[in-house]
Amino acid sequence: MDSNAILSEVTSGEYKYGFVTDIEMDTAPKGLSEDIVRFISAKKNEPEWMLDFRLKAYRRWLQMEEPTWAHLHHPPINYQEIIFYAAPKQKKELSSLDEVDPELIKTFEKLGISLEEQKRLTGVAVDAVIDSVSVKTTFTETLGKLGIIFCSFSEAIQHHPELIKSYMAMAVPYDDNYFATLNSAVFTDGSFCYIPKGVRCPIELSTYFRINTAGTGQFERTLIVAEEGAYVSYMEGCTAPMRDENQLHAAVVEIITLKDAEVKYSTVQNWYPGNKKGEGGIYNFVTKRGICKGHNSKISWTQVETGSAITWKYPSVVLMGDNSVGEFYSVAVTNNYQQADTGSKMIHLGRNTRSTIISKGISAGYSNNSYRGLVRMSKKADQGRNYSQCDSLLLGDKCGAHTFPYIKVENKSAIVEHEATTSKISDDQLFYCKQRGINTESAIGLIVNGYAKEVLSKLPMEFAVEAQKLLSISLEGSVG
Amino acid sequence: MKNDIIISEISLKEKLIHHFEENITTLTADETPLFKEIRLKAMDTFMKKGFPHTKLEDWRSTNLSKSINKEYTLQLGNPEVKLDVSTIFKCDIHHLDTFLVTLYNGWFLGNEDITILKDGTIIGSFSKACVLYPDLVEAHFSKYASIENNSINALNAAFALDGVFIYVPDNVTVSKTIQIVNIINTEDNLFIQPRNLVILGKNSKLQLVHCDHSIEHKYTFINSVTEIVIGEGSTVDHYKLQNKDNDSTQITSTYFNQAANSTLTSNVITLNGGLIRNNLYVKMEGKGCTANMNGVFLIDKDQHVDNFLLVEHCNTDSVSHQLYKGILDDQSMGVFTGHILVKKDAQRTNAFQNNKNILLTDKATMHTQPHLEIYADDVKCSHGATVGQLDQEALFYMRSRGIRENTSRMLLMYAFAAEVINKIQIVPLRKQIDELVYRRLKGELSDCDQCILDCNANRQISFDIDLSRL
Repeated sequence: MDSNAILSEVTSGEYKYGFVTDIEMDTAPKGLSEDIVRFISAKKNEPEWMLDFRLKAYRRWLQMEEPTWAHLHHPPINYQEIIFYAAPKQKKELSSLDEVDPELIKTFEKLGISLEEQKRLTGVAVDAVIDSVSVKTTFTETLGKLGIIFCSFSEAIQHHPELIKSYMAMAVPYDDNYFATLNSAVFTDGSFCYIPKGVRCPIELSTYFRINTAGTGQFERTLIVAEEGAYVSYMEGCTAPMRDENQLHAAVVEIITLKDAEVKYSTVQNWYPGNKKGEGGIYNFVTKRGICKGHNSKISWTQVETGSAITWKYPSVVLMGDNSVGEFYSVAVTNNYQQADTGSKMIHLGRNTRSTIISKGISAGYSNNSYRGLVRMSKKADQGRNYSQCDSLLLGDKCGAHTFPYIKVENKSAIVEHEATTSKISDDQLFYCKQRGINTESAIGLIVNGYAKEVLSKLPMEFAVEAQKLLSISLEGSVG
Repeated sequence: MKNDIIISEISLKEKLIHHFEENITTLTADETPLFKEIRLKAMDTFMKKGFPHTKLEDWRSTNLSKSINKEYTLQLGNPEVKLDVSTIFKCDIHHLDTFLVTLYNGWFLGNEDITILKDGTIIGSFSKACVLYPDLVEAHFSKYASIENNSINALNAAFALDGVFIYVPDNVTVSKTIQIVNIINTEDNLFIQPRNLVILGKNSKLQLVHCDHSIEHKYTFINSVTEIVIGEGSTVDHYKLQNKDNDSTQITSTYFNQAANSTLTSNVITLNGGLIRNNLYVKMEGKGCTANMNGVFLIDKDQHVDNFLLVEHCNTDSVSHQLYKGILDDQSMGVFTGHILVKKDAQRTNAFQNNKNILLTDKATMHTQPHLEIYADDVKCSHGATVGQLDQEALFYMRSRGIRENTSRMLLMYAFAAEVINKIQIVPLRKQIDELVYRRLKGELSDCDQCILDCNANRQISFDIDLSRL
C-alpha cells in the first residue's frame, strides 16, 4: 500500500525545530534539595514570603508520591539528575530589541517567530522566555497605558507583590498534586498578566517558551488575572531543540476571572517528541486551572498538542460564579512512541453554569492517546449544563486511542451529556477524494484538518495557521 | 471515627484469615490438590490485598468500609434444612415452566444433589460436582475469575464451598429455563461466598435466570463469583434479578468467556438492595462473538448500586452493545463503570455503550465512567453517557392533557426503564419484570416481605389518569 509508504515517510520525518542555541548559561548544580530551593530564590532576589512558599511546597513534595493512575509508561524520573535552574547570563536590563543577544534573535528567526517581525507586523506583544528567564518583554509600555500588567513572573514578584500574594496558588494550591507542588518549590520564571477592571486587552498576548540547556527541567509559572469586566486572549506556544535525554517540564498555569471577565487561553505545543524509536523527548507534566470566581465570567482553553514524548495535562475550570462558562477545545496528535494523557476537568459549583468539552485525539505509529476528563455537578449547581464530545482517530493498527471520562452529578436539575467515538479514516472518504484526483497524502491532510476544524477554528488567527502547519508536519498522509 | 473503621476493617480481614487458618483442614477435606493449591494461593492474595478500598481505581466510588465494619457469622458446614422452602418462599414466573434450583443461605438445596436431564445436561451442587466431575470442574474453575490481582475473587476462592454447577453438552438446547434462586433466611448476620460454574459445549443454548432475595432483614454480606463458559456457537441468555433488603451487601462477579461465534445476552435488573456491586466481565476470545449487556436499576433511600463492566474484544469481528439505565431517588448513589477494551489485532470490532441516568433529587449522586481503551484501528466504537432529569416538556404535555403530575412522572420513568425491560427475550419473564418495575416505581414493592413475585399474578398495569379532564 502506498499509504503505508507515506506513513513510514512521515514517521521517519526528522524534527524540524531541533537546534541548540549557544548562550552562556548560569546554572545551578544538578539535583534537588532545600539548598537548591534557597539558591533559586536567592538567585532571583526574592522576598522572604516567596521563599517560605517554596520551602513549604518543597517539604510537602517530599511526602508525596508520583501519580501512577495515568495511562502512561516511562522510566522513573530521577529528580537528582535534573538541573533546576538555568538562566542566560545577563549583564544589564535591556531597553530595546537591539540589545538582545544576536544568537537569541537568530533562534527566533529560525522558528519563524522573530521578535521584530512579531512586534512590527502582527502587533503581538511577545514575552520571550528562554530557559526560565524572560529576556525581553515588548509592548509593556503600550499595555501599561491601559493599566495592563504583562511581565515576567519574577518581575511581578518584585514590583507587584500584593497582586501575586493575593492571587498566586488560588487556582492551583501549593500542595495540589505532585508536579504542581514540585513547580511551586522550584519554579524559575513565567509570565504574569493582570487586566484591570473594565479593560479589554486590544492585542493578543503571547509567550513563547523554549527549553534550551541539555538536562534542564523547565518549571514555568503563569498567572493571569482578569478583573471585573476585563477581557484578554492569551497565547502560549512551544518548540524545543532535539535532545537525547529526557527532559522534564512541570508547568503551572493559573487563571482567575472576576465578575463578567473573560479569558481565552490558547496553546500550541510542539516540543521534541523523541526520535522514531521513542528515545528522548520532553516529559510534559502540566497543571492548568482556571477559576471563574465572579458571576457571568468565562474561561476558554484551546490547545493543539503535537509534541512531547509524554503529555500529562488537564486544563480545568472551576465554575464558581453563577452563569459562568467553561470551555475546552483540544486536538492532541501522537505519533511514533509518543504518549498523551490529556483532557479537562469542569467543576460546576455555581448556578446556571455551562461547560463544553470538545476533544479530538489522533494517534499514529506506536503511540497511545488518552482522553481523561472529569465533569462534576455539585449540589448547588442548579441548571448546570455540560456537553462533552471526545473523538479519536486511529491511523495504523499499532497505536491506541482511549477515553476515560468521569462524570459525577449531585444535582437533579443538572444535565450532563458525554459522547465519544473511535474510528479510522474511512476508506470511502479516501476513495472519494482519490477518484476526484486528490492524492492520498493531500486527501488525508484534508480529512484530518476537517476532523480537527471544530477546534482549530477556536484558535486566534496567528495560531490557527501555525497549528494547521503542525498538523500537516505531524500527520499528513500517515494512514495505514 | 475514621480510625475505628480502619481498626475493624483490619479486624474483619484478620478474622477471616484466622478463620481460614483454623479451619484449613475442614475446608480442604476431600479436595483435589489443584483445589487446595488455588485455595491457598487465593488466601495469600487476600492476605496481601485485603478488601478493596476507594483508593483503587475500580472501587473509587464504592466504599465497602461500612459493610466491613460489622460482625458476621461464617458457616463452614452445610446446615441441615428440614423445612420445605416453598412454604416460606415461592418464586414463580407466571406462565413459565422453569427448572428451579435453590441456594439457601449459600448452600445448594434440593432432594438430589445432582440431576442429569435426558439430554445430558447436568444441574446440581457445585461441591458435589467437584467430587463427581473433577476433570470438568478443574478445567474451568478459577480460570476466568483471576485470583492474582482481584482480592474479591481471591476471598471467594479461598472460602467457596458450594453453589450451582451446570453443564450443557454439545448441540443441546436446554428445553426449560433454569432458574437459580438465592434465598437468605437466617437469624445470623451471614458472610457467604457462593461459587457457581456454568459450562456450555458447542452449539448449545441455555436460558438462565438468577434471582437474589432476602427474607429476614439482617446484615448479610454475599460475595458470589460465577464463571460461565460459552462454547463455540453457543448462546446464553442470562438474567439477574436483584431484590435485596436495605441492610444487605452484595458483590457479584460474573465472568463470561466466549468462544467463536457465540452469543451472550445479559440483563441485570436491580429493584432494591443495600449496597450492590455487580462486576460483569465479558471476554470475547473467539472470532465473531456477539454480546448484549443491558441493565436497569431503581434505587432510593441510602441504597448504593455499582455496575462495573469490562468487555474485552480479543479477536476479530465481534460486536458488543451495552445499555445501562438508572433512576435514583432520595440519597441513593449510583455508579456505572463500563470499560471496553479492544485488544491489538481485534480488527473489525464494533463496540457500543450507552449509559443514561435520571436523578430525582438533589441528594442523589450518580458517577458514570464510560471508558474506551482501543489498540486496533479498524474499529467502530462509541459511548454515550447522560445524567439528567425527566423531560420537562413531556411532563408539561401530559399535564396539559389532564394527566396528574405524579402519574406523568410515573409514566415517564416507566417508559425510561422500559427500553431495557423490552430487551428481555423470555416473554413471561419480561411481563413479570415489567410489572415489578411498575410496582417498584409506585413504591409498593418494598412493603412486600414475603413472596414478592407471587401476588397479583394477572393484574394489568394501569395508570391513574383523570379521564374527566381529558
